[in-house]
Amino acid sequence: MKSAKLLAATALVAASGLTTTNAQAADLTLCWAAWDPANALVELSKEFEAQSGHNMNFEFVPWPNFADRMLNELNSGGKLCDLLIGDSQWIGGGAENGHYVKLNDFFDKEGISMDDFAPATVYAYSTWPKGTPNYYALPAMGDANGWFYRKDWFERPEIQEAFKSEHGRDLAPPKTQAELLQLAQFFQGREIDGQTRYGAAIFTERGSEGITMGATSAMYPFGFKYEMTPGKYDMEGAVNSAEAVAGLEFYKELYKTGTPPGYTDSYMEQSLDAFKSGQVAMAMNWFAFFPGLYADPDVGGDKIGFFVNPGQNKEASTLGGQGISVVAYSENQDAALEYVKWFAQPDVQKKWWDLGGYSCHVSVLNDPSFPDSAPFASDFLLAMDGVMDFWQEPAYAELLLAMQKRLHDYVVADQGTAQEALDKLIEDWTETFEDEGKI
Amino acid sequence: MSDTPIDRVAKATPPSVASKIRGLSDRTIAWLFVAPTIFLLLAVNIFPLIWTINLSFTNFKANRPNREVDYIGLRNYERILTDGDIWLSMQATAHFLFWTIFLQVLIGFTLAWLINRKFKGNDLWTTLIVLPMMLSPAVVGNFWTFLYQPQIGLFNYGVSFFTGIDPSSFQMIGDVALAPWSIVIVDTWMWTPFVMLICLAGLRSIPDYIYEAAEIDRASKWRQFWTITVPMVLPFLMLAVLFRGIENFKMFDLVVQLTGGGPGSVTELTSINLKREAFEKWRTGYASAYAIILFVTVFGLASIYVKALNKVKER
Repeated sequence: MKSAKLLAATALVAASGLTTTNAQAADLTLCWAAWDPANALVELSKEFEAQSGHNMNFEFVPWPNFADRMLNELNSGGKLCDLLIGDSQWIGGGAENGHYVKLNDFFDKEGISMDDFAPATVYAYSTWPKGTPNYYALPAMGDANGWFYRKDWFERPEIQEAFKSEHGRDLAPPKTQAELLQLAQFFQGREIDGQTRYGAAIFTERGSEGITMGATSAMYPFGFKYEMTPGKYDMEGAVNSAEAVAGLEFYKELYKTGTPPGYTDSYMEQSLDAFKSGQVAMAMNWFAFFPGLYADPDVGGDKIGFFVNPGQNKEASTLGGQGISVVAYSENQDAALEYVKWFAQPDVQKKWWDLGGYSCHVSVLNDPSFPDSAPFASDFLLAMDGVMDFWQEPAYAELLLAMQKRLHDYVVADQGTAQEALDKLIEDWTETFEDEGKI
Repeated sequence: MSDTPIDRVAKATPPSVASKIRGLSDRTIAWLFVAPTIFLLLAVNIFPLIWTINLSFTNFKANRPNREVDYIGLRNYERILTDGDIWLSMQATAHFLFWTIFLQVLIGFTLAWLINRKFKGNDLWTTLIVLPMMLSPAVVGNFWTFLYQPQIGLFNYGVSFFTGIDPSSFQMIGDVALAPWSIVIVDTWMWTPFVMLICLAGLRSIPDYIYEAAEIDRASKWRQFWTITVPMVLPFLMLAVLFRGIENFKMFDLVVQLTGGGPGSVTELTSINLKREAFEKWRTGYASAYAIILFVTVFGLASIYVKALNKVKER
């Protein structure tokens, strides 16, 4: 009897010990792109480690290789990532190919409501099919393409005078795409502090998604859209509309007359380099980089200003940002879901914003103090009000590479007209959607 | 009666393999020896080739495992052969192949001819010339992007120094007309030493007595060059052309690092194009057909060339 009790007690201790060990032993790997917010997330996650006892590992891949690396990982059913902060465009493939765990039941069970997150981010980062209440990610990092400029140059009296005499208006951040072009051309080749400066650093990269993200920042405000009727794949008259053509022609003019020489294959890093080295007066990039830029000892602080992507026929910005998903091939799904639950808490979201991440939680965004919490916070809210995203279809990579080619051929390689480029793009996309059985 | 030492050694020696497998024919034993190699060849080369041929008739996409795979006959082949962009890619590859091989043979042979002459510091020069070949193509591609940089690049300053053209007025890797030449220049810089080494081996294999006999016959240097040097080095040169041709047909890393296939698609060689189709767009069936077309092209051209090479050797 005594020995039976001892055995039972030992079993109990062993079982409880096992439970504790299991909870502590979970080694979670979170995969994301290697950039400033990722470092902030590492810092934030220390709190999760302390609370849960799980160990967090991070796999951060530089942006140009991020899609390649992670999509290969998912397609091969790899177990590297338990959690993936994947690009918004991957959601269709992630859902349809079974890479991401559907989170509806989990959200219901844990009382996580999508109403607590900004609707634009839920639509873009979480749902598939688009707009339906089928959730495959929790909005993790709100982002859009925005602009920053050399405020100190804009404030110099001699430069202000020169601009006013040339254009008859005050030198100020642009309100329209046309003003943006004017400003870029004004600074192009201008001598400031004995050095030749240039207008703007924009995205022209060919290999991954650069030129598409850059050009759409001009094309959306002009009126470019993907379909005449959402969900019908009727691209004729939308992709190649007169407004879309004007937007693309505009981007080419900006590239030809307002960017530094040799700026033929540039994306986020090159834009940051051009700005930090004092080459350009303005630069486009994702809001995610703005906290780091503001803190930069050479060009940050009083020297830098920010503005939302200027409108033209309408206000619109290219969407960036990502949701956090649980990978279906993970062997630590419970612990990964625990992380998602922890991350969704309002106080964690507040800390996320404080550390440099862009929270999508309404408790953070609707806080009256939010617009003044950082010099770019109000612009971020403005941008998120008018974001537009690329196709999020399972065949997104094929669709994206077609657009990369057509845009680079026209804008950088000077081949054909904008109308031809967009007409050919419709042909490419039609072929893809036919293959997919969508049309 | 006790065993002699010889008997004991004989007993301790294990029976030979041959005696163990006694009864097997020589042919069977030979097959046993080559079987592992044949198995590896089948597994690593032949099976993937047959599988690729099979996939080339389908609409299979490796990133869509749940999608039904249909056999679509020759549709992938038809699409590829009627796709203008693929032909542009083929043209870019042909331009790259022709000019790199032409320049490398010309410069490589000239350097070998100069190095072959005995002079002070000969070994040092040989080592210096061979250095680029030892670098990683990714590193070479990366640092040449800086050399070609219009504002700070040494290449542009060099051209400016000799011609007086403003260095920032031209972009080697950003200009549609210059970009194809930018990759030719870098590949030539990197691989000319390889051709030089092969030519040097050829030149050093020519016995001195042939030249001495020619001298006695009062043949001019020019005549010696065309009737002795060139014919005797020709098989080596042709081998160098074969190696460089095969290498450059599948050129990928250097060009991706340097231009990424741009601007637009003017330096998008077939290997880059194929990689995009297969592993970025994930059109596996289409990419398989593309790979088969390239394989047949290279195999056909290489076979013709090797026959020509053998004829030259026989002369």
